[in-house]
Amino acid sequence: MTPGRPGTSGAAAAPEPGTPGGRGRRLVPAYLATGGRERPRGTADFDRLTVLLSTDQQPPETDFGPEHRRLWTLLRPGALTVVECAAHLGLPVSATVFLAADLVGGGHLLARSPVPKAEAIDRTLIERLLVGLRALP
Amino acid sequence: MDSVPSPEPATALVAPPRSEPRAEAGPESGPGTVRYLPSTGQTLMKLVVTGPFGVGKTTLIRTLSEIPTLHTEEVMTSSSVGHDDLRGLPEKSTTTVAVDFGRLTVPGDLVLYLFGTPGQERFFPLWQDIARGALGALVMADTRRLADSFPVMDMVEEQGLPYAVAVNRFPGAPAYADDVLRRHLDLAPETPLVQCDARNRRDSIGTLIALAEYVLTRLPQDAP
Repeated sequence: MTPGRPGTSGAAAAPEPGTPGGRGRRLVPAYLATGGRERPRGTADFDRLTVLLSTDQQPPETDFGPEHRRLWTLLRPGALTVVECAAHLGLPVSATVFLAADLVGGGHLLARSPVPKAEAIDRTLIERLLVGLRALP
Repeated sequence: MDSVPSPEPATALVAPPRSEPRAEAGPESGPGTVRYLPSTGQTLMKLVVTGPFGVGKTTLIRTLSEIPTLHTEEVMTSSSVGHDDLRGLPEKSTTTVAVDFGRLTVPGDLVLYLFGTPGQERFFPLWQDIARGALGALVMADTRRLADSFPVMDMVEEQGLPYAVAVNRFPGAPAYADDVLRRHLDLAPETPLVQCDARNRRDSIGTLIALAEYVLTRLPQDAP
């Protein structure tokens, strides 16, 4: 039995305790966090697992909004993936990609692909993964 | 934007009560709670953990993840129409759904990201988006309602993603031999089936190994 299964119960909008839906919602919609633009440049290269890191160039308040600066500040101490940034900032991945693309364009962030040498998923990589998984404590 | 309940609530049957709330590092968290990547030279890979509501996806991710599980609120646009319950807002065409994920650093400069993706068909566009580029999928099942995993398996097959089935052994749920489960799930002979307790780390690592071994068999013998 699946009581309360979303989409079948008819009560899909009711927040349950302990779920994200039951927590406070951000008051500013995510699309406003991106300045309302629909199509920033350069976002196609970004993936959930794109690795981001701040540079020393702080985004100036004159050019960037608070959400941009939050992302840059989040990444000052170290690197995170796009999806981790989205989770920590409480933004959808798509909005985070817009922010990151702007900041990379301005030289405030560095981005690299999840796979450093752009190697494909090949046998060598999966074999490495298997060796690593078997070695896990 | 509306928020539908997480497809995988913290009250999943297999999850023991936790003293700390989930998603500790929410929007209000400061940088002190952020677990940064140890280096920037690692290879990052992802797997999707999918299955019907309450089957233990988040539990398995929590068991394996080195960071407190995080979640993003993913925006759903077109296919959410008709499911919203916001009367008086007829133009509303987006909703959000929470997607849990965790991170597991694997010896050899590899980092595996595990995404708990909702198995419901109405989330298929989101599912496809998250699954793009994934190594494979773990489809979770519960012996008390094996059929609930059928549409999920269909979705994964449609995506063309290699998958293994992880049967989560819930306390008190009937236990079956592998061959019985395989028959009931109508699995192809080559599809791995692993029985596990999603709360157990060794079991959960075992599901990843079974999936990775299977992914390896599906790759061409001679790498270019």
